[in-house]
Amino acid sequence: MRVERVKRERRDLASGENTDLRLLDGLVRKYSGKKGIMIPVLQETQSIYGFLPKEAFKKLSVELQLNLSDMYGVATFYAQFRLAPVGKYIIKVCHGTACHVQNAGTITDALEEALKVTDGGTTEDDLFTLESVACLGCCSLAPVMMIRDDTYGKLTGKEAVRVIKEIRLKEKELPI
Amino acid sequence: MGKTKVIVGLGSCGIAAGAGKVYEKIRALKEAEALDIVLSKTSCAGMCYREPLVEIIDESGSYLYGEITEDKAVELLNNHIVNDNPVKEYIVCTDLYDTPDKKFFDGQVKIALRNCGMIDPENIDEYEDRGGYEAIKKIISGGMKPQEIIKVVMESGLRGRGGGGFLTGLKWKFTYNSKSAEKYVICNADEGDPGAFMDRSLLEGDPHSVVEGMIIAALAVEATAGVIYCRAEYPLALKRLDIAIRQARGKGYLGKDAGGKKDFGFDISIKEGAGAFVCGEETALIASVEGKRGMPGRRPPFPAASGLWKRPTNINNVETFANIPWIMNNGAKEYAKYGTENSRGTKVFALAGKIRHGGLVEVPMGITINDIVFKLGGGIPSDKSFKAVQLGGPSGGCIPSWLSDTRVDYESVNATGAIMGSGGMVVMDESTCMVDIARFFLDFTRKESCGKCTFCRIGTMRMLEILNRITDGGGEEGDIQKLEELAEQIKDSSLCGLGQTAPNPVLTTIRYFRDEYEAHIHQKKCPAKSCKKLLTYTVNDHSCTGCTVCARNCPVDAIRGERKQVHVIDQDLCIRCGICFTKCKFEAVSVS
Repeated sequence: MRVERVKRERRDLASGENTDLRLLDGLVRKYSGKKGIMIPVLQETQSIYGFLPKEAFKKLSVELQLNLSDMYGVATFYAQFRLAPVGKYIIKVCHGTACHVQNAGTITDALEEALKVTDGGTTEDDLFTLESVACLGCCSLAPVMMIRDDTYGKLTGKEAVRVIKEIRLKEKELPI
Repeated sequence: MGKTKVIVGLGSCGIAAGAGKVYEKIRALKEAEALDIVLSKTSCAGMCYREPLVEIIDESGSYLYGEITEDKAVELLNNHIVNDNPVKEYIVCTDLYDTPDKKFFDGQVKIALRNCGMIDPENIDEYEDRGGYEAIKKIISGGMKPQEIIKVVMESGLRGRGGGGFLTGLKWKFTYNSKSAEKYVICNADEGDPGAFMDRSLLEGDPHSVVEGMIIAALAVEATAGVIYCRAEYPLALKRLDIAIRQARGKGYLGKDAGGKKDFGFDISIKEGAGAFVCGEETALIASVEGKRGMPGRRPPFPAASGLWKRPTNINNVETFANIPWIMNNGAKEYAKYGTENSRGTKVFALAGKIRHGGLVEVPMGITINDIVFKLGGGIPSDKSFKAVQLGGPSGGCIPSWLSDTRVDYESVNATGAIMGSGGMVVMDESTCMVDIARFFLDFTRKESCGKCTFCRIGTMRMLEILNRITDGGGEEGDIQKLEELAEQIKDSSLCGLGQTAPNPVLTTIRYFRDEYEAHIHQKKCPAKSCKKLLTYTVNDHSCTGCTVCARNCPVDAIRGERKQVHVIDQDLCIRCGICFTKCKFEAVSVS
C-alpha cells in the first residue's frame, strides 16, 4: 500500500535549512509555463540535492504554480522520490524473483544486522543507506547487490558484509 | 576481408559481470601495442550465463568467447590476435564447429531481437546496414495509406507483447478511427515485473527498432507526437534511447516532414518513470505522463478514444514495436508462419531462477515449456529436480512440472491459470517453497497497489497476513478457503489489471501444490525446506568430524564444540540461515 510510504516518510520529512535554493533557478526557467512537468521537476530537484528538501517544495510550488498538495502526493506515490537525505553509499539489494529464489532475503538480513539499520534506513554515520529494489536485471548473477556503479553477484550474507567492511575501511571509519 | 574485429558485449548484464573493465583493458592494450584491430561494442546477445562475452571476427570466421576477465582478455589478444591462435577453452560458440552452448541458440527465432548482440546500439549506421529504417522508406515512397499499414499488422496476427495480448492491428485501427488534430503514440517501457528484463535488453541492444516501430505506428494512426515511458531504473536504456532519437532526428526520420513525408511532423520524447509498478497499466501510465499520481482510471473511454491530454492515444509495449519494422519488411505472411493459429509470431522470454543457461531467448509461439527449460536452458543446475515455472510475474502463476508439455501460446497458458505476461520465466526446483513464492508475489502487489480500490488495498494485505502466518508455522484450519474467498473478491472488485490478477500466484499454487499448503498448516512442515521458522538444523554425531567449519561460518556463534569433537547447535541462538548446512563437507548437518 502506497499509504504506508506517506506514514513512514512524514516523520522523516527533512527541512532543508541549509539548502541553497538558487540551484533551482535553472530548473524553474526550463519548465516554466509547460504542462506535465511535475515528475521531471521533482526528479531533477532530487538529482540536485539527493533528496527533496521541504524548502524546495515551497519554492517550486510558488514559482511554477504547482499545487503543494499535488506535489506532496506525487512525491510520496513514486518509489524513486526521497524526502530525507541518504547515505554516501546506497546499497541496493535486488529482490527480483530470480534473486528471491536464490535467497536474497539472507543478504538483506545479514546487512541489516551488520549495519544496524532496517530496510530503507541510513546508518548513523550517514555512510550507508540500505534499500531493497525490485530487479537490477542481472538475474543470472543472482543474488545481486549494487553499490554505486558496482554490482556484486553470486553473493552470500557473509560476502555482502565483507564488501561493506572494505568500504568502511576505505572510508577510514571504525570497522564493524 | 578487412581488419579483425573485436566486439565486447556491453549490456547491463555484461557490465554487471565486468564487461566494462574488459573493454577498457582491450582498448588500452590496443593503443599500447598498436594492434591493428577494430574494437567495437554491442549489447546483450541473450547469453547472460556466459557474460562477459567477447567476439572476435577474423578471416577464418567468428569466435564468441565467454566469461572473459581482464586477464583472459590479455590472453585472447596475445594468442588470437598476435599469434593467430584462437583460445579453444574459452570458446562458447563459433561458426566453424559445433559447441555445447550452441544449443542455446538452436530453436530460437530472432525477430524482435534480430539486432541485439549484432550491432553497436549507439550507431545508427550499423542499424541501417542491417535493413534499419527501410520499412519507413518503403511505406513513404510506396505511398502506403494508414489503412494499408494497419491491414498488414492485422494480418500478421501480432498481439500485444506487454501481457494483455490484444491484437495490435485492431488497437491501431481504433486509434486511427478516432478523429482529432492531435494524436499520440506511447511506448510502454515501464517493465516492472520482478524477474523480467526483456524490454531493458531490447532497448539497450536495439533502440532504433523501437523508434522505427513507433514512427510506423504514427504513420498508421496519424499521430502527431510520441512518448517513450521508460523506468528510471534503466539508466543505460534511457541513455541509448536518447542517442537513438537524436540520431534519427539527425537523419530526418523524426521531426518536421519525418522520413521525408511532406506534412508529417512526428517527434519522440522520453518520460522517465519514477518507480511504480501500477504505471504499466495504460490509464495509470497516462496519468503519470501528465504528471499525476499513477492511479488507473475507468475504461471506457479507452485511450484509443481519449488518452493522453484527452486525445486519442495508441499505447504498445517495447517488444511489440520492435516487431513492426520486421513485419513491414518481410510481410505479414512471413511473420504469421511462426506460432500457432491464435498466437502468431515469436515471444521473447527472460529465463532466470534455477536454470543452467539463464538469459534472453526468443522462440516461436507454441514451443513447449519443456523445450525452453531443457533444450535452450540446459535444465536445472545441480542434481535437483524441476518443480515449476512462474510465468507472468505478479499477475501470473506457476505451471507445475507435470504440465511442462504445455505449449507457450496465449490460450494454452491461460488454461493453466497463469498468463503469458510480458515474458518473465522463472524456473524453480524442489528447494523452492511454493507457499513462499505466492507470499513473495503477494507482498509485491500489496506494496504496489495504488490504494484506490478497497479490495485490492486491504484484501491483498489480509491475504499476505494469512500467508505470513502459514509460512511462520501459525497456519490454521480453513486458511486455504479464506485465501480462495478473498482471491475471488479481489479479482471481482478491482478496477485495473493489477488487482484483478494479484491473487493469481496464490490461486495457481493452491491449485497445483495444495499438499504443500497443507503440510505447512497441519504438520507445520515446509516440504521444500525453505521456510526458516519451520526448520531445525542439527549435527549428526556419527558424521561430524569436528572440523569447525560450521562454527567458524555461523554468523551468530550458535555452534559450539572443540576441534575434532562433535559440534552442537544451540537452537535458541540459531537463526536458521542454513550456512552450516551448505558449508559442511561431510553432510553432517541435517535439516528437518
